[in-house]
Amino acid sequence: MRITRIKKEKVVEESATVDLSLMDPIIEKYKFYKGNMIPLLQHTQELYGFIPRGAFLKLEKETNLTLSDMYGVASFYAQFRLKPVGKHIIKVCHGTACHVQNANVITEAIQEELGVKDGETTADGLFTLESVACLGCCSLAPVMMIGDETFGKLTEKSTREVIRNMREKEKGTPCKN
Amino acid sequence: MEKVKVIVGLGSCGLAAGAGKVYDKLKAVHDAKILGFDLKKTSCIGMCYREPLVEVIDKSGSYLYGEVNEAKLEEILEKHIRNHEPIKEYVVKTEMFETADSSFFEGQVKIALRNCGYIDPESIEEYEAREGYKAIKSITENKLTPQDVIKTILDSGLRGRGGGGFPTGLKWKFANNNKADQKYIICNADEGDPGAFMDRSVLEGDPHSVLEGMTIGAFAIEASEGWIYCRAEYPLAIKRLNIAIEQARNRGYLGKDIFGIQGFNFDIHIKEGAGAFVCGEETALIASIEGQRGMPRKRPPFPAEAGLWRKPTNINNVETFANIPWIVNKGAAAYAAYGSERSKGTKVFALTGKIKHGGLVEVPMGVTINDIVFKLGGGITDDKKFKAVQLGGPSGGCIPEHLGHTIVDYDSVNATGAIMGSGGMVVMDETTCMVDIAKFFLNFTRKESCGKCTFCRVGTQRMLEILERITEGKGKESDIDTLQELAYQIKDSSLCGLGQTAPNPVLTTIKYFRNEYEAHIKDKKCPAKNCKPLLTYTIIPDLCTACMLCKKVCPSKAIDGEKKQPHFIRQADCIKCGACFSKCKFKAINVE
Repeated sequence: MRITRIKKEKVVEESATVDLSLMDPIIEKYKFYKGNMIPLLQHTQELYGFIPRGAFLKLEKETNLTLSDMYGVASFYAQFRLKPVGKHIIKVCHGTACHVQNANVITEAIQEELGVKDGETTADGLFTLESVACLGCCSLAPVMMIGDETFGKLTEKSTREVIRNMREKEKGTPCKN
Repeated sequence: MEKVKVIVGLGSCGLAAGAGKVYDKLKAVHDAKILGFDLKKTSCIGMCYREPLVEVIDKSGSYLYGEVNEAKLEEILEKHIRNHEPIKEYVVKTEMFETADSSFFEGQVKIALRNCGYIDPESIEEYEAREGYKAIKSITENKLTPQDVIKTILDSGLRGRGGGGFPTGLKWKFANNNKADQKYIICNADEGDPGAFMDRSVLEGDPHSVLEGMTIGAFAIEASEGWIYCRAEYPLAIKRLNIAIEQARNRGYLGKDIFGIQGFNFDIHIKEGAGAFVCGEETALIASIEGQRGMPRKRPPFPAEAGLWRKPTNINNVETFANIPWIVNKGAAAYAAYGSERSKGTKVFALTGKIKHGGLVEVPMGVTINDIVFKLGGGITDDKKFKAVQLGGPSGGCIPEHLGHTIVDYDSVNATGAIMGSGGMVVMDETTCMVDIAKFFLNFTRKESCGKCTFCRVGTQRMLEILERITEGKGKESDIDTLQELAYQIKDSSLCGLGQTAPNPVLTTIKYFRNEYEAHIKDKKCPAKNCKPLLTYTIIPDLCTACMLCKKVCPSKAIDGEKKQPHFIRQADCIKCGACFSKCKFKAINVE
């Protein structure tokens, strides 16, 4: 059930790096637009990679939306994130075709490689691991997507290689998060 | 002499398989002007299992090359394009000679996919060159009325391709009958079924056909605003739709007084879905466009009376709209000539799973499942035994091998307990555990249930718990009955299609594979050797060479053995991870 996602969590103070003024143009654009809540939240997430607490408060102040409605919508749809994510989001497909071609093995391999569970972000802020329903590349199952790049016909070995290569590339480049 | 044409398939699958690199390389060669050829892009050709695909059209005809990588491309450039000698062994489709893959196209009839793989989806000119926007123009030029158009669609027998199978013409008629100052037409492109990608392929490969279909629909129901509700997971489809909408606006095909009719105003907007399977349901989709949580509401009133913003609204699926221009062009009778008695026309299937030729196929209604799996699909991967096909995603069910003669039409598929659904067809072989599949789908619907109806919200959770314990070897004898009882209660007391169909995967697997459930519960065995807690790993002493590899790899140190001495697995310590099985080179590990 979708509403189980609502959990009580400690409020973590957001760092001052979140610049809420970036939202001004989108608020201006959608302020009086019928059905504006989802586009506003989507564009906010595009800016920050997630929806910061401060953004909700700002939206409440400057538009006709209420906090409870926004939180209701943000927690309902799978797309919205309320926590910061890693630099690379690894989406492992668990659609039917991938499931029958052993997608679980792929997720397990990545979990081992990164030392995080499904839905978590690595301590260095580089990777977030996610399971998704279907990426629509069923003929290439099992599939994962990192950023805009799709990797198909994966095996446990090739998955580990992809992750290791990305790790290797990231070495030396300082991480923004 | 006419220039050789080279066309690269750049759909999502193709790009995932590396078509982007192939295109870049061709582009470099093309721009360097060493070889004279025209380079073009197209989208999904349907042959996903041979991606990346490159088509070369020379004066003798068309040659489709499969699984093109850089090395093969070099050869094709050298032999075919420079020296005009096609490389026969790489060709997967041509009219010149038979290929190993010819059977994939035999029996296919492309109506919804008529342009996919033939045109550049980002070019309105190429769409128009293939009878694009001819249908809507003929409607306006011949001064047809909305009633005429609705009659054509009714006569064609077209039924909703999103899965429900409701007659499209009838839906349009209802929406037309409700008078209002503002009406809406919505295209449902929230293709959420895991294992289905036909709508994505149409949107990526032929976006204008959907726009034209919607425009004809808007004319028929007298709507002035259209929405395409598309999954955010399909970025390429959204990009190409945006390009297509912009092109149509520039041509005056969208906007005010379009196609020379005073007062025919129609424009289309895209609404990106935010990821919720339930939004495939009409009323939930409307709630989502309105900016609310995607929760279904009670019907009546149906959307045709009070839909988006409480105005009359008509919702059809992508594939349905893609069929419309063809029907208007060729006539209702031409469409109705294909298909079975009560299901007319063609249906696109996404053929995936344990199948040799996975991809997108469009066949006339009325062909059998066996035809699709064995003729088009080329049979089961590694020639294993065919067990079942799963049709209709989480709302559908599994049709077993012995019902392979079932024809695909709405009524015959419903009779098996599955549903046609949007057209995802996942093929399963003897290594697929049916209890596990039921668990997989139920886990999906449980997560996606919006939580409004108690039976859907709690019932799916309880059913999942029962299935989990069965696959862990802790099932009780009464579990099958409990599952069935819960299933019927969920079906009876849910408001929308999600809940009403969520138990289908469980019910059909119990119906056709009851013995597998019983093996899990009574014998604590998984016949497909898939459910790990039910497996026992042993070493066959005669085959063991005492190489000690398995001993090294075992994470729980459950293997005893020294050099020159057959090894032995202590069952009490075995965690059933299968590491020894995958490591052993001598097939000395037995799994039961």
